[in-house]
Amino acid sequence: MVKASNIKVYAEEYHQDMETDTVFGFWVYLMTDCLLFATLFAVFAATPQMPNEYGVMPSEIFELELVMVETGLLLASSFTFGLAMISMYNDKLKSVFAWLIITLLFGFGFLGIEIYEFIHLSHHGSPITLNAYWGAFYALVGTHGLHVTTGSVWMCVMFWHLKRTGLSIPNQTRLSCLSLFWHFLDLIWIVVFTMVYLLGVL
Amino acid sequence: MKKPLIYLGLASFIAVVTSVVYKIVKALSTNCDIAEQSSNYVCNFVLFYSGGQLGVEQGKLIILAFSLMLIVVVPVITMAIVFPLWYSSKNKNEYKPDWSHSTIIEIFSWGIPILIILVLGYTTYITSHSMDPRRSLVGKYENTKKEELVIQAVAMDWKWVFFYPKQDIATVNEIAIPINTPIKFLITSDTVMNSFFIPELGGQIYAMGGMENRLHLISKREKIMRGISSHYSGFGFAGMRFKVISTSDSGFENWVNKVKQSPVKFDQSAYSRLRGKQTKDHKVEYFSDIIDNEQFENIIRKYLKTH
Amino acid sequence: MSRRPTNIVTEPHWLFGKLNLDIFPMATDPIVLVTFIVVAIGAISLLGFITYKRWWGYLWKEWLTTVDHKKIGIMYIIVALVMLLRGFADAILMRTHQALATSSTFGSGYLPPEHYDQVFTAHAVIMIFFVATPLVSGLWNLIVPLQIGARDVAFPFLNNIALWFFVAGAMLINASLFIGEFGSVGWLAYPPLSGIEFSPWVGVDYWIWSLQISGIGTTLTSVNFIATILRMRAPGMNLMKMPIFCWTTLSTASIGAVIFPILTVAIALLTLDRYVGTHFFTNELGGNQMMWVNLIWAWGHPEVYFLVLPAFGVFAEIVPVFSRKKLFGYTGFVLATACIALLSFLVWLHHFFTMGSGSSVNAFFGIATMTIAIPTGVKIFNWLFTMYKGRVELTASMYWTIVFLITFTVGGMTGVMLSIPAADFVLHNSLFLIAHFHNTIIGGAIFGYLAGITYWFPKATGIKLNETMGKASAVLWCSGFFVAFIPIYALGFMGVTRRLNYYDNPEWAPYFITATFGVLLIAGGIGLNFLNFAYSLWKKDEPENIDEIGDPWDGRTLEWATSSPPAFYNFAKIPHVNELDDWHHKKQNGVAYQPIKNYERIHMPANTVAGPIIGVLSLVFGFAFVWHVWWLVILTFVSMISAFIWHNVFAVKDYYVEIDEIKAIEEKWQKKIKKALSKKAEV
Repeated sequence: MVKASNIKVYAEEYHQDMETDTVFGFWVYLMTDCLLFATLFAVFAATPQMPNEYGVMPSEIFELELVMVETGLLLASSFTFGLAMISMYNDKLKSVFAWLIITLLFGFGFLGIEIYEFIHLSHHGSPITLNAYWGAFYALVGTHGLHVTTGSVWMCVMFWHLKRTGLSIPNQTRLSCLSLFWHFLDLIWIVVFTMVYLLGVL
Repeated sequence: MKKPLIYLGLASFIAVVTSVVYKIVKALSTNCDIAEQSSNYVCNFVLFYSGGQLGVEQGKLIILAFSLMLIVVVPVITMAIVFPLWYSSKNKNEYKPDWSHSTIIEIFSWGIPILIILVLGYTTYITSHSMDPRRSLVGKYENTKKEELVIQAVAMDWKWVFFYPKQDIATVNEIAIPINTPIKFLITSDTVMNSFFIPELGGQIYAMGGMENRLHLISKREKIMRGISSHYSGFGFAGMRFKVISTSDSGFENWVNKVKQSPVKFDQSAYSRLRGKQTKDHKVEYFSDIIDNEQFENIIRKYLKTH
Repeated sequence: MSRRPTNIVTEPHWLFGKLNLDIFPMATDPIVLVTFIVVAIGAISLLGFITYKRWWGYLWKEWLTTVDHKKIGIMYIIVALVMLLRGFADAILMRTHQALATSSTFGSGYLPPEHYDQVFTAHAVIMIFFVATPLVSGLWNLIVPLQIGARDVAFPFLNNIALWFFVAGAMLINASLFIGEFGSVGWLAYPPLSGIEFSPWVGVDYWIWSLQISGIGTTLTSVNFIATILRMRAPGMNLMKMPIFCWTTLSTASIGAVIFPILTVAIALLTLDRYVGTHFFTNELGGNQMMWVNLIWAWGHPEVYFLVLPAFGVFAEIVPVFSRKKLFGYTGFVLATACIALLSFLVWLHHFFTMGSGSSVNAFFGIATMTIAIPTGVKIFNWLFTMYKGRVELTASMYWTIVFLITFTVGGMTGVMLSIPAADFVLHNSLFLIAHFHNTIIGGAIFGYLAGITYWFPKATGIKLNETMGKASAVLWCSGFFVAFIPIYALGFMGVTRRLNYYDNPEWAPYFITATFGVLLIAGGIGLNFLNFAYSLWKKDEPENIDEIGDPWDGRTLEWATSSPPAFYNFAKIPHVNELDDWHHKKQNGVAYQPIKNYERIHMPANTVAGPIIGVLSLVFGFAFVWHVWWLVILTFVSMISAFIWHNVFAVKDYYVEIDEIKAIEEKWQKKIKKALSKKAEV
């Protein structure tokens, strides 16, 4: 038994198929995640807003401008991640780092606004315990937020990987998966934005 | 040595089959609506010897579905026993190791189930509408009255509270119903989910907080029946039974008058007492008057308000 | 004898949460006390024995940290079988209790409702989540990679973690027996009963966390097997040359990947209701209990097919092998499997026709449900006509198949009866329903798994099970099933509902008593199963029990092309597949067992330390959550994430097996083959 700890050998001899298997498997995982969100969307859609006398209406309290900024940040982060991937294909480690850091900062911005929004809503008459509608709201938006947090932690781990082994093939696979994940979250957010915020304000 | 055993087995098998057939034939001729025959053992099978108009139809439907399914089930079980024995490697019967396709068998193995399901599906569609217990039964059966009796039922931990809005009486764990009269049950829950069920009359429906559900039944048998909650609702669930007195019109009037004699009225304190405490095997109670005319509606409305 | 302590702590302490000294049911309940003593003695002697034999190192290196799919499969099956004993003990408690429970008021039988209601909840949860589901995962793990000619699954590390998540869930549910209580809310924990208002103590929280943790494991396993089957088949094996068991696995894994996220969300929302005070499923403030019922059955109904389709696959492997004949209608069988998988998503509402949906909605779901009978019927005909004009060898596996065909057909029939909404209004929640689903789950799924275990036991261990005991066990199980459940069907027709702690009609008692005897017969069947394992392992050196070359049944698929048990890399050289039942044809054409000329070194995944550690942490995490020990929740959560990241960044994930090692293993096996083949030639 020889350990394949020599990364260079590992990168060269590693069976090419196994890398695409990983990406494929990650795709399948994303589909299960998609169903998780689909269920949450269904729960949200099936939970009507409670009439005015029982609590704050979303249209009274949502700050659409802020959510627009949030959306902008996340969309921009998806774009910068795309640039990071292009740099990866061009084998430019430094620019991968740079774009990833920018992506991460956008992600933090998004999360910061979301946390601010949650605190704001909770303190202005619509905490999670108010009624079923607000429960569904926090559950759906919060789950998306948790995913973005996971993605951010993953990105930090990614820096570590890149620092250790550069743009090795396993790291390229990891980056591809993370990129899929990040774009997927963007996609989910578009639906959240439309269904929760736009329709909520209408 | 083996032969007598086989004969013995065969004989006992035939004996068992004959006795079962005899019992079935005898059972089929029983009419549980007649008082003398109602103590017959088979009347325990309340789904097939239903005391309710709807229940009778449901019993027939079950038997129809059962018979239709037997068209497949009997041959399948026979083949499942005969094939492995007949084609056992010991027997050296015909052997075709590569035979794995036959269009005719495929047509039959898809076709026969499809035909049966077509028939059953059609029946299902018709009966889902015609036998929906949420539909009123007024005018559906001959010799039944044209006017409905309304009974409101509320599930609590762990008892049933009934209101007769027209008669202005309330009871706990007991109702009386006149025979051949369409009964409209309005059902809700003031606690967890329950299911309102009188097996001998047919049909059940869930009782849920903040919601009104409906169930329509007609009794055709004078008898004291068992009413239950069939959906598990906590530690006192098994005792959450109520007595259903299915009786004649005059018997029903007498019963109403008996309840009217009760010194207790259904007021806010009675409600809080019943709602407030979880009780097991709650005794029957009578209330001669319902103070709040919208008591039932208010129990439902309560859940729409904030704390 | 009530199991619930008088002073339930509902306000958690900062250090101990809701834990205190009054939470041990052994103190008040003799049944739990005796169980605890037996379990404690058993556990201590087992641990002592392992320590005495100095097996800890071996266990850690070869089993607990392994990523070898075969070993993971074996561990799944072992834990599931142990859990089967636990679940079955619950069944015996229920049957004996109900046999004695005739009484007009509360207090008959020997179990108070506070205990009895936990027993029926635990029985169902254990049997579905911790017996049937892991037996499915176990058989997949054991066989699927071998059947498709792969060396492992697509994600070996996740496979290991999924196993430990499942074990953690199982341990958590067993902990509830001795620490606190289990839920007494029915296996699907319908709110509002399972909400904090009506179930204030920890029972439902145990339910939540044991299911949540093991459910995540099942999601991972499903994803893993979809990727494995779609991406890692041996060259030449296109989908229509794949063994049927792989087809059913692919369908089942697809179902699993779709439904388990729904379960995760449903449980998470209930968790929020109980821990945070939201109103998803409460009576008031817009809560919607019907939403729970929809969500849980959107998971729950496909779950039934998740359990039974692999069993169908097992029979489709067994019948052709022992009929010495090709499977009848392979294409039709595949089509039927896919049909069932698709239709399984369209029928969930039939679990609550009585909730009050409109007639047309009920009719749609009723008809959709009975439509499933069509592809299922097709499969039954496929098995039957595989035996037709075959050379059937009545081995123990075939006994299981025949008792399955008989029992399952009856279960299918009663299922169609239940699917008619108008009839369901009187059958719903009755004991008829109980008998029906036991009929399909025991007669369909469990018989299938036991058949699979009998059939693949030599592949996993190299030893054949005793045939006579296997056959006797099948007969006992089947007859016990009918003795136990025909009376239950009859009780359903009498309008007897499920989950009764006592009943006031003495005329029902004879049926309950008869059912108890049936359960004792099944106990005999289970006893024989275990005796059989013990006996066969004890007689493992008897030459006629040993599976020398790895193909004891003259099999048709690739798993029989390896030694028994297979080398850890499965195939020294990945086989090239030309047709369906490739191994059978290779043997027919005399090209099987050809010695390998040029060996190549093999790239294999390395064992993982992180897997079992994360498993243990998840157990503590769940336990801390149940008892509201927040600091421990945070600590274990952070540790789990750290362990995962550590694995991701630092752990050695793979290595190469060198040619010398492969050569040594393969040549040893080749010698055995030569010996066995020459022996055959002499005969």
